[in-house]
Amino acid sequence: MVLDRREVVRDGSPREGGRATAVRLALMAVPLAFFGLFFAYPVAAIVGRGFRTDEGWQFGRIGEVLSQPDIAGVLWFTTWQALASTVLTLLVALPGAYVFARFSFPGKQLLRALVTVPFVLPTVVVGTAFLALVGRGGLLDEVWGVRLDTTVWAILLAHVFFNYAVVVRTVGGLWAQLDPRQEEAARVLGAGRFAAWRRVTLPALGPAVAAAALMVFLFTFSSFGVVQILGGPGYATLEVEVYRQTAQLLDLPTAAVLTLVQFAAVGLVLAVHARTVRRRETALRLVDPARTAHPPRGWAQRALLGGVLLTVVLLIVAPLAVLVERSLDAPGGYGFGFYRALQEAGAGGGTFLVPPLEAIWNSLQYALAATAIALAVGGLAAAALARRAGRFVRGFDALLMLPLGVSAVTVGFGFLITLDRPPLDLRTSWILVPLAQALVGVPFVVRTMLPVLRAVDGRLREAAAVLGASPLRVWREVDLPLVRRAVLIAAGFAFAVSLGEFGATVFIARPDHPTLPVAVARLLGRAGEMNYGQAMALSTILMLVCAVSLLVLERLRPDKTSGEF
Amino acid sequence: MTLLRLEGVTVRFGDRAVVDAVDLEVAEHETVCVLGPSGSGKSTLLRVVAGLQQPSAGRVLLAGADQAGVPVHRRGVGLMFQDHQLFPHRDVGGNVAFGLRARGSAKPEYEERVASLLELVGLPGAQRRAVASLSGGEQQRVALARALAPSPRLLMLDEPLGQLDRGLRERLVVELQGLFSRLGTTVLAVTHDQGEAFALADRVVVMRDGRIAQAGTPLEVWQRPASEFVARFLGFENVVPATVSGGAAATPWGKVPVPAGSPEGERRLLVRPAGVVLSAAGLGCVVESRTFRGTHVALLLRPEAGPALEAECDLTAAPAVGDRVAVAFTPSEVVVLPAA
Repeated sequence: MVLDRREVVRDGSPREGGRATAVRLALMAVPLAFFGLFFAYPVAAIVGRGFRTDEGWQFGRIGEVLSQPDIAGVLWFTTWQALASTVLTLLVALPGAYVFARFSFPGKQLLRALVTVPFVLPTVVVGTAFLALVGRGGLLDEVWGVRLDTTVWAILLAHVFFNYAVVVRTVGGLWAQLDPRQEEAARVLGAGRFAAWRRVTLPALGPAVAAAALMVFLFTFSSFGVVQILGGPGYATLEVEVYRQTAQLLDLPTAAVLTLVQFAAVGLVLAVHARTVRRRETALRLVDPARTAHPPRGWAQRALLGGVLLTVVLLIVAPLAVLVERSLDAPGGYGFGFYRALQEAGAGGGTFLVPPLEAIWNSLQYALAATAIALAVGGLAAAALARRAGRFVRGFDALLMLPLGVSAVTVGFGFLITLDRPPLDLRTSWILVPLAQALVGVPFVVRTMLPVLRAVDGRLREAAAVLGASPLRVWREVDLPLVRRAVLIAAGFAFAVSLGEFGATVFIARPDHPTLPVAVARLLGRAGEMNYGQAMALSTILMLVCAVSLLVLERLRPDKTSGEF
Repeated sequence: MTLLRLEGVTVRFGDRAVVDAVDLEVAEHETVCVLGPSGSGKSTLLRVVAGLQQPSAGRVLLAGADQAGVPVHRRGVGLMFQDHQLFPHRDVGGNVAFGLRARGSAKPEYEERVASLLELVGLPGAQRRAVASLSGGEQQRVALARALAPSPRLLMLDEPLGQLDRGLRERLVVELQGLFSRLGTTVLAVTHDQGEAFALADRVVVMRDGRIAQAGTPLEVWQRPASEFVARFLGFENVVPATVSGGAAATPWGKVPVPAGSPEGERRLLVRPAGVVLSAAGLGCVVESRTFRGTHVALLLRPEAGPALEAECDLTAAPAVGDRVAVAFTPSEVVVLPAA
C-alpha cells in the first residue's frame, strides 16, 4: 500500500490534471502580467536601445565586447567572488540559523531583527561603514594596523554582513518547524550527533539551504555598491562595469552587451538550481516552532550560542555601531546635531526641497505598498508553483528569480524610458516606485513560501476535501495556517528589501519624494563633514525604522495554540 | 437498497493495473471489509470512491448517481486515513468540527455535536487538547470522530485499527461494531488483518493484485475459501495438489476423505488444522514444534510422506516435540479448491 500511495500522489488523472492546470494558469496570470509589464518590457527596451543605431540592429558588438580581455577578467572576478561569498556566508550563517531555530534565549527576537538590518541598508552606507571599520584610519588599522580595504576580504566580509539574514531567515524558518524527533530517531538508531544532523536534518533542509545559497549567489553576483566602494579600481563586477559604461562612459552598446551576459549567467545558475533542487523537495513533518526551541543545554550548546553571538557582534553589530558613532560625532562634541539638521528643508546645502526627515514617511509608504504588491504577486506565484510542476512551470519559477540577478540600474533606467507614455503613463504616479521595489521583493516571497508550501503533506489537503472543504477552503484552512509563519517572514523580507532598494528607486523617485536610501546617497554625494554626518544620521534612522518594523512583524505572529480563527 | 456500486473500476499507473475491473456493491447500513495483502489495490479503491483518484475506466455510483465529475468535497463520503492526517494546527475540537464548518454549520450547533461525538469515541471534553499531545489510540478516535461528524452517507476506513496495540484493537472492534449498527452507518473498510475484517464486517471482499478473489460473509469465506490464494491469505498452510475421485482425494499425504459432492479431477486440497486429528492409526508423523495458542495447541508435523502438516489438538492431549504420532483427516474440515 505504501508503494501505491507514492504513485497516487504523483499521478493525477487526465481530468483532474486538466482542472488543476486551468487553476494554475489562472493563478499564474497575475504574476506573468506583472513580470511582463514591469520587468521584461523595460529591460528589453533598454537592451534594445543599446543594440539599435540609425542603421538598424548592431549585434556585432557582442563579439567585440566579449573578446576584450579586461571584460573576461570582470566576468571571472564576478563569478568567483560570488561563489566565495556564498560559501563563506553559508559557513558563517548556518550555525546562526540553527541557534535561532532551536535555542530560546533572552533578546532573541531583537537579535533576529538586528541581523536583518544590514539587508536594508543602502550599499553605499554599508561600504562606508566597512571602510570605517577596516579601511585607512579604521578601527582595525588603529588597533592592529591591519587594513583590508584594498583586498578582496573586505568585499567578502561585507557580503557576509549583507546576506547573513538571508540564510538565518530562509533556513532557520524551516529548521524551527522540523520535527526534532526525526533526528532523535536517528540518534537512537546509533547515529552520532553530527551524523544524525547530516543524514536526517541536512537533507530535509536541503531545499531551503539551496534556496538561500541561490539568493546569496545572485545578490553577490550582481553586487554593486559594496564592490564599488571597497574594491577600489582593482576589482569590478559586471554590475559595476554596467554602471560605469552607462553613467560614466555613456557607452550604451557595451552596457547592453554586459547586461545580456549577466542575464545569461543568471539564467544558467537558475537552470542548474532548478535541476538539482526540484526533485529533492519532499513532504516533511512540520511542527509548531515554539515547541522545538529550548534553552541551550550543556557546554557545547552554550559554546555554540556564544560563538554565534560573538560572530553577530563582530560582523554585524560592529559596523552598525561605527555608523551610529559617526552619526553622533558632531563638530561640537557628541550629540544630536546632525539629526537636528535633518529637520530643515535647506539641509545639505540646498540638495533637498523638503526636510530629509520626510523621507521616513515616503519610505514607509512606498515599502508598505511594495510589500502588499510583492505578497499578492509572490503568493499567487507560490500557490501556482507548489502543485505538481511541469517544464513550463519550472521555467516560470526561474523567471521569477531573474530580477535578483539583473542590474537595478538597468531596471530603473528601463522604467524611465518605457512607462512614461501611453498606454501606460505612470511617470507621475507614486505607484511606480513600489512597483520597482516589489520586483525585487517577489523572489523573496516565492522562495520563502515555496519550500514550506511544498512540504505540506498532500494528504492533509485530501483529508480536508473529503470532509467537504472546497479547494478554496482547503487553501485557506490547511495551507495558509501552515505557511502563515513563512508568509510573515516573506513579508518582512519584502518590506526590508523595499525599504533599502536604491539602484532603481534613485532613477524613478520624484525629487520632492525621496526615500531614505536616496536621501542618504544624495548627502554622501556632497562634500563636507556636515553632509557626511547627516548621511550617517539618516542611515541610523533607516536602520531603526527597519528594526522596529521587523520587530512589529515578529509580534504579529499568531497564537499557535488556538485552533479556531 | 444499494448505496455504493462500482462497475468495472480500473486504475492504471503506467501499464500496471492497480485496480483491475472491480465490481462491488455495498448496501445501506452494511459493513463491508476489503481484505488483502499490501499492494493489492485496496487503498486505491477507497481513493477512487472518495474522488481522490480518478478511475482509468469504470463507474462509481453513490445512491444510483454517477460520481464522474463530482469533486471530492461534494461526494458526501467520509474517509478515515490510515495515518489519521489530523490537522496539526488545530486542536481536537477544531479537527472534529472541520467537516461541520465546511458544510456551513453554525458554531453553537457544531460545538454541541463535537462534544457528543467526542463522548461517543471515548474522549469526552478533549476539545482543547493539542493534536500532538494525543497517543496513537487517541488520534485514531479523533480521526474517527472527525470522519463521523458530517454524518457521511458512506464511511470509509483505511486500516482503521492498523497501528493500535492488541488489547485496544479488540476493544475498538467491538465498540466500532456497536457504533455502526447504532448509527446505521454504511461502512467500507480496508484492512490486511483478517481478524479485524471478520470481526467488523457483514461481508468480506478478498482482493489480490487489483482483482476480487472472493466475496461473501465472513463465515462463507472462512469455511469455503475460493482459491489457494485466499486459503493461504487466511493463514492456512495445509494446501497440496490432489486428484479427487469417488469421495476421496489422492494426495502426497496419502488418501484424504473429502465432503460429499466435491468436484472431481485434478484439484488443490485444503485441510484445515482442526481436520488433522491424532488417531491410533493413519499417516505417521514426527512432531517438529508445538505452539501454545490459549485454547488449543498448534502442532507442526513432519509426515512420512508429503509436505509439513499443521494440526490442532487439545491442551491436555498434546504430544511433545520429537514424539511419533499418527493422524487421520476429518472430511468436514477438508475443502477442495480449484487447480492453481
